[in-house]
Amino acid sequence: MSRAALLVLADGRFPAGGHAHSGGAEEAVKAGRISGAASLADFCRGRLHTAGLVAAALSAAAALGIDPVALDRAADARTPSPALRLAARKLGRQLMRAARSTWPSAELDALGREFPKGAHQPVVLGLAARAAGLGPVDAAYCAAYESVGGPATATVRLLSLDPFDATGVLARLAPEMDRVADRAVEAARRVVDEGVDALPAGSAPLLEIGAEAHAGWPVRLFAS
Amino acid sequence: MSGSAGVRSVARILARDDGRGGTSLPVLESDGPLALRRTRAGGSEARVMLVGAMSGPLGGDHFTVQARVEEGARLSVGSAAATIALPGQAKGDAHYDVRLEVADHAELHWLPEQLISAHGSDLYVATRVELAATARLVLREEQVLGRSGEEPGRLTSRLTVRVADRVVLDQELACGPGAPGGWDGPAVLAGHRAVGQLVVVRPEFAAEPVPVRSLGEGAALMPLAGPAALVTAVAPDALRLRRLLDEALASLG
Repeated sequence: MSRAALLVLADGRFPAGGHAHSGGAEEAVKAGRISGAASLADFCRGRLHTAGLVAAALSAAAALGIDPVALDRAADARTPSPALRLAARKLGRQLMRAARSTWPSAELDALGREFPKGAHQPVVLGLAARAAGLGPVDAAYCAAYESVGGPATATVRLLSLDPFDATGVLARLAPEMDRVADRAVEAARRVVDEGVDALPAGSAPLLEIGAEAHAGWPVRLFAS
Repeated sequence: MSGSAGVRSVARILARDDGRGGTSLPVLESDGPLALRRTRAGGSEARVMLVGAMSGPLGGDHFTVQARVEEGARLSVGSAAATIALPGQAKGDAHYDVRLEVADHAELHWLPEQLISAHGSDLYVATRVELAATARLVLREEQVLGRSGEEPGRLTSRLTVRVADRVVLDQELACGPGAPGGWDGPAVLAGHRAVGQLVVVRPEFAAEPVPVRSLGEGAALMPLAGPAALVTAVAPDALRLRRLLDEALASLG
């Protein structure tokens, strides 16, 4: 058990393909809803408390050893956009490949066999954390951070935003990420007794609507 | 006993196949501010109107509406006017629960008018639908954040739809003062003051899911993971939201 494993898993250079996704930022930039650091912060805050909280709770629950198939179904029900379900499964498959070679585990192998086209990324993330000897809190932090780190990095490329400003946005969200990780772990612990319905279900209508518009573009810089 | 002075009301509807090609309503139970009226039937379908609920639950109140559609029956429920969530004298939030059950070969159309979240109100709405494998559903939910020119109250709304014991949709939208940050920002509502969902469940969608369709910048029609489709829409006002949802429903035929 090593806390430093969290740094390996959360590192943007971990080869899991996340850099190809903008978390909805590309569509929001084109639609004019993100135009600088302030609107990026607002975007990230909204994503963190909706999709981010859901992802963090799914990851924490998977790290606790909750049945990943049930968690994957819960993720489907919380992701109405087929484009986002597809992106989550592609990311899950890429993460699965990297995690299995980094932290070999029978549970990861079993999940990979169950979902050859990929399980939802947060579920894989939670099991990867478990395989790395990490706990539900670590998994929740990792997912919460990813939910905002992706859009912030993407916006640097999309808007030529100053990387210092983008990093400042993330740093100022840190206390809210703490709260989201806490809520996620609390929810994951309730799942042990109450089942997956106890998971949060925060929705962000414009992320879902925007993802479908984005999927229809002929040319995109990011996959989602 | 709880210290809140709020009102508790439970209204019930039971729809049953009358065996003569129509639908009877063996239970149509109004309660306090929740009044139910049977209106003119259309073909095999029974129609019910929720009236007198114009002022929605106030702080501390807990309203519940339950409807059960038995095998082979067809029920359509609407409301006479929009429901307004207002602040109450009793402390605490208000709850509005909707529990819907639809049996095999039965159909429910649940098409109430908008829910308006007035300034200072604090309402939690939970809509739970349980459908058998061959049940059919059209459900519309519209929220308007604030009356004209008014800041909204706090509104949290969760919608859960189960088909044959499997959850196909579970979504919660929280907005207004006190909601987690970013709800009015570019990822969630971006200043739109009307938001809605239309859920359509048909057994034939299992084999043939509806194709995805973007309906302008503020709406999309999406096949869910199950025999269901969802239209999610945001709009500047209630009128334009209704137009988006109506068009999307018409396009499903």
